[in-house]
Amino acid sequence: MTATLVAGDTWLNNPVVENQLPDAILETLYMTAATGFFTALFGLPLGILLHNLGPKGLTPVPALYRALSLVVDFGRAVPFIVLMLWIIPFTRLVVGTAIGWEAAVVPLTVGAIPFFARLVENSLRDVAWGKVEAVRMMGASDLHVTVNVLVREGLPGIVGGFTITLVTLISYTAMAGAVGGGGLGQLAINYGYHRYQGDVMLICVLLLVLIVTVVQYTGNFIARRLDHRESSAAGRRRFIPVPVQQVFPIHLPSRGTPS
Amino acid sequence: MIELTDVSKVYPGGVTALDHVSLRIPAGEIHGIVGRSGAGKSTLIRCLTGLDKATSGTVRIHGTDIGAATGSQLKKARRSIGMVFQHVNLLDSRTAAQNIAHPLEISGVPRQRRRERVAELLQLVGLTDRADNHPAQLSGGQKQRVGIARALAAEPQVLLCDEPTSALDAATTRQILGLIRQLREKLGITVIIITHEMSVVREICDAVSLLEDGRVARSGNLLEVISDSSSSLSRELISLPPTTHLAPGEQLIDVLLTPGGEVTHIGELVNLLQSQGLPAEVAAGSIETIQDHQVGRLHLKPQDPYSAQRTVETLTSAGVQAELLTAEDIAAEEAAQHAEDPAEVTS
Repeated sequence: MTATLVAGDTWLNNPVVENQLPDAILETLYMTAATGFFTALFGLPLGILLHNLGPKGLTPVPALYRALSLVVDFGRAVPFIVLMLWIIPFTRLVVGTAIGWEAAVVPLTVGAIPFFARLVENSLRDVAWGKVEAVRMMGASDLHVTVNVLVREGLPGIVGGFTITLVTLISYTAMAGAVGGGGLGQLAINYGYHRYQGDVMLICVLLLVLIVTVVQYTGNFIARRLDHRESSAAGRRRFIPVPVQQVFPIHLPSRGTPS
Repeated sequence: MIELTDVSKVYPGGVTALDHVSLRIPAGEIHGIVGRSGAGKSTLIRCLTGLDKATSGTVRIHGTDIGAATGSQLKKARRSIGMVFQHVNLLDSRTAAQNIAHPLEISGVPRQRRRERVAELLQLVGLTDRADNHPAQLSGGQKQRVGIARALAAEPQVLLCDEPTSALDAATTRQILGLIRQLREKLGITVIIITHEMSVVREICDAVSLLEDGRVARSGNLLEVISDSSSSLSRELISLPPTTHLAPGEQLIDVLLTPGGEVTHIGELVNLLQSQGLPAEVAAGSIETIQDHQVGRLHLKPQDPYSAQRTVETLTSAGVQAELLTAEDIAAEEAAQHAEDPAEVTS
């Protein structure tokens, strides 16, 4: 069932490319952006809560932590495609329909929140406990310590985790396409796969790879900018901007001081 | 004034970390707390800061009962304590200046006043040109200076230092200790230094307490403690390099020179012996000036048992502590010191 690359004179002259591709690209971007937004909105607090209730948190409550952990692990264990179908009634309740990219955002968000929350929890756990005690010793409240120490010091890790979440989400948007979620994934399935239109398949794949690459690089860039830790200083140094003249060997007229 | 009265701390599980500890540290004193790891030093500091509550007894810092304080009261009490850590614990995301400003932000000091205070503190620790550097761009000693500036930001009356120099090299240690001493003189703050380095105690402390198994084994003015030759702390504070091997049956004279006797200088001691026609062959020696007094410990090698006996008598009658040691005594002492080495590495 391989998509043939030879489709005669219709190769890339395909009306599908012209008529449906722009919308599909936008749908994928909207889905990713909206899901990313809601995932950050709910996942970050959930991750902070998990960490602070956990054994290495500011206010450990073992019973509550175990309960919350169970819910989060449950959310992560259900395969996305099953989750999507399973919570259709909930999706209808929230957005009024179960079809289209807006509807796909609901299961995508529900699936991504526990994933991101765990990554946030891990990043916070990596913040040295000594820093927490040092700031507590200044007479800081738990809220202050959470915001200014845990989240701020853990931010490079959190941004890295969010990048991973977004990349994972982009591949999930393609799965959402299988059940009418729209986007590049649906285009690839409907035309590239079912109608053997190899050009559509190829374009969808390339575009998805491009989007993922851009997201990954942007995320890495921001994380690096936020990271002032010693261990990563060496890695950061490699990205010191090269002088323009070195990249483009042109000689700018110099404004030399008159002598 | 810091006052611990009958403080005990028993951790869940039955480990007794502190066992009826009582200590009084007058305002303006630099007090060293020494002991092996597991002796209760860390627990003591956690009780002083309220990070842990004592099981019984009271901890008072300038009149505030730290153990009884909760919530906003405890937060307020903590703001009167500055704390310096072995691993400094600066926030990597903040510059030196922002780290120093942090306690002021928490106390709600207005921005303009904060900026002035940070500039003052940077100057105090000699890092004005490093204000905008992140901790990763600073050396170990510079980081600790920022740590000290941060601890002093909210103008505390007490500075608690938990192994402040253990991660630093010898030269940097001297600088940091010099800074702490200078701060005490300038600001009149009370300083507690927890350390396993006897050199730190000798160099900077007015008084010292030795913790052993959660109890205060010895506490007092530094010179007093050193002068008490019977205490193990004295031997650790003025320790000698290993003496060359003694043949079985050979003897050494262990001499402890302390202020208070007739002999106050090592030169006088040598003159005294020579005036009696006794040789003063020094096998090993360690001499320091502590609080403007010469303090030293010597191993003298006598020529024969008779002169050994006379040397001890001469010195003792002049108020110098001296005793005869055999090869076995020395081996036992060295073994005891070696037993402590692994503890020092991990503490």
